[in-house]
Amino acid sequence: MSDQTSTSVAFVAKDTIPPSPPPGRETGIVKWLRENLFSNIPNSILTIVSLYVIFIVLKNTMPWIVNGVWTTSSLSQCREVLNGETGACFSVLTERWNQLLYGFKYPVDQYWRPNLALLLMIVAAAPVLFFDLPRKLLLFTAVYPFLAYWLIWGGSVYVPLIALLGFVAATVVFQTFGKGSFAIGFFGAIVAAFVVWMVGGALIPETASENALLSPVPSRDLGGFMLNLMLGATCVSLSLPIGIVLALGRQSDMPLIKWVCVIFIEFVRGVPLITLLFVASVMLSYFFPPESSVDLFLRVVIMITMFASAYIAEVIRGGLAALPKGQYEAADSIGLAYPQAMRLIILPQALKISIPGIVNVAVGLFKDTTLVSVISMFDLVGMIRGPILASTEWNGVYWELLGFAALLFFIVCYGISQYSQWLERRLATDHR
Amino acid sequence: MKKSVILGALTVAGLAAGAAAAGTLDDVKARGKLNCGVTTGLVGFAAPDANGNWDGFDVGVCRAVAAAVLGDPNAVEFVPTTGKTRFTALASGEIDMLARNTTWTFSRDVDLKFEFVGVNYYDGQGFMIPKELGVSSAKELDGATVCIQTGTTTELNLADFFRANNISYEPVPIETNAEAQQQFLAGACDVYTTDASGLAATRATFENPGDYAVLPEIISKEPLGPLVRHGDNEWGDVVRWTLNALIASEELGVTSANLEEMAKGTSNPEINRMMGTEGSLGEMLGLDADWAKRAIAAGGNYGELFAKNIGEETPVGLARGLNAQWKNGGLLYSPPFR
Repeated sequence: MSDQTSTSVAFVAKDTIPPSPPPGRETGIVKWLRENLFSNIPNSILTIVSLYVIFIVLKNTMPWIVNGVWTTSSLSQCREVLNGETGACFSVLTERWNQLLYGFKYPVDQYWRPNLALLLMIVAAAPVLFFDLPRKLLLFTAVYPFLAYWLIWGGSVYVPLIALLGFVAATVVFQTFGKGSFAIGFFGAIVAAFVVWMVGGALIPETASENALLSPVPSRDLGGFMLNLMLGATCVSLSLPIGIVLALGRQSDMPLIKWVCVIFIEFVRGVPLITLLFVASVMLSYFFPPESSVDLFLRVVIMITMFASAYIAEVIRGGLAALPKGQYEAADSIGLAYPQAMRLIILPQALKISIPGIVNVAVGLFKDTTLVSVISMFDLVGMIRGPILASTEWNGVYWELLGFAALLFFIVCYGISQYSQWLERRLATDHR
Repeated sequence: MKKSVILGALTVAGLAAGAAAAGTLDDVKARGKLNCGVTTGLVGFAAPDANGNWDGFDVGVCRAVAAAVLGDPNAVEFVPTTGKTRFTALASGEIDMLARNTTWTFSRDVDLKFEFVGVNYYDGQGFMIPKELGVSSAKELDGATVCIQTGTTTELNLADFFRANNISYEPVPIETNAEAQQQFLAGACDVYTTDASGLAATRATFENPGDYAVLPEIISKEPLGPLVRHGDNEWGDVVRWTLNALIASEELGVTSANLEEMAKGTSNPEINRMMGTEGSLGEMLGLDADWAKRAIAAGGNYGELFAKNIGEETPVGLARGLNAQWKNGGLLYSPPFR
């Protein structure tokens, strides 16, 4: 090989050949189309058919949306403006948006209160949802439910304050005595909370709600999408801890606890939600005298929470069952007590596995809140089906209203779904 | 505070549940508000407007009672009820009276322990057809396809009617009024049948209502009226005679326009007794003398309420028909104020 010099060989390339651009059909949009849409004959046919279907759908809906009328004050006026052409009557949304969002009885000049509560909810939820944020924000999260209650229902500031104090007292008692014996701490905390509530309740002056800073709004006046959001947020956040307790209880070695949990879960899961709602609204009012019944909103929250926590308990039980037995044994072998083992080893892993299931329940639950319209609460769907479609101006507007409702629900549910996917990626300590 | 209320409620629940019905009139006066059950929304009969104020024909009855008892037609807490919650709401005492298109039937009156105080709208099942069908009577509907809501009495009435007239039909079962509307407009059925007032309200929402007609035959009796609980006859009397005052005032020519004049005293002793310038009818009811005057002032007499909410000038466009005064061939007949 040594005699092969530059002179003995006819041609030697001294530079690398500059890269030429790829052939046209292997690059850019053409390549993408060829690979994804027209890779073979059946796929090409499917693509063409799909394009045709999309075209037909758009052809029929676009004029309806683009021609939409936004400024009239009744359906008949809409029809006059459209004069026989296809077009939506979005005026119903511009005229009744406040009823769709807040119900028809929430005082108009107080809309800032639920708005502020929603904003603060985002602040309060942030440290729970995104654990990179400073932990001190959790303090606000703890105060938030009482603040939101005061903002939305108004009335005397003492009521949520006393409720909050009760919980503070319970926490203090538990911290003090819980270290020695869990039972003493636990029951002591309950007693302390009740003592604070009883004493505090007696101290609130009768006239407190009349000259309150925020005018009181009864539960009956809540409505619209606000009601769906309130029910959804309250019930999801309450049912998660209850669901965890139920799931652990079901796996307990103590027969009493185990059977209480099993019976609760199986009973509540075996009953349709709508039955529970009817019990909440109809049956319970037979047991209370007319003047002093439990607030309807509270009754509904209790029922939906029971329902959701039974489902979440089963989802979490699935997560617990999916953990290898070695994890439990490892926790035992390093001498962790049951609460420590659960808190540090088992639950973080089990909950991570359960995230898709929990989100599934949460999304379903949020949509199920529209069922309250059958017990004459005016949530978003109740407002549409009842007052708005029954008004002489808007009777007959279906697509626009229900489409709007679908859009609102989609935005929230899609948001929940995106968050859960982010959470799964963030927590991925994959074994793959 | 709430907690103690709940605990207290539990202990007295058993004692109070049975006795809750006594003295509704006093309860209402003490509360200063009338709790009136209405529908969650029915065109012309009860619906809140854009500002949240309730309006409608049934709402008018509630306001008249509130005006008679409390002197203020706006002192009403409207409690919306669905078809499923209405009777429990009344039985449990959550509402004082129910004015919600409720048909007066034997079992509701007797078995459910309610008291219908009268009839404020005589409804009945009717038929709607497109005009191009060229039919002028329901008896000509031989072989027609009929849209009908399943599981209602209308289904049974329809079968009876067609059998009695020895003609055939083909039912198209549907679930809700909204669905029926779409099916009927799309031509899935020749005829749509439900309560006549519902037909009129549905027809009013069509793009071209003139192309459709409601046939004259009414094939069932649906007397709709306000009701109260059994066992509190004083309160029942108040609601009954407020309704009667609205009906009688139309018969006697008392309207919201000439009310003040009539109340000064007329040559007709019955008007005078009703207006409280003669006799002591109000006192017998446990109210003051010009209770009926206030009830009429609230929204006008029966005819005015009808015209304003569901009459021929409104989009609902119902003719008086059976709901005309007895002198005009209708069924409205108030017992005398004597």
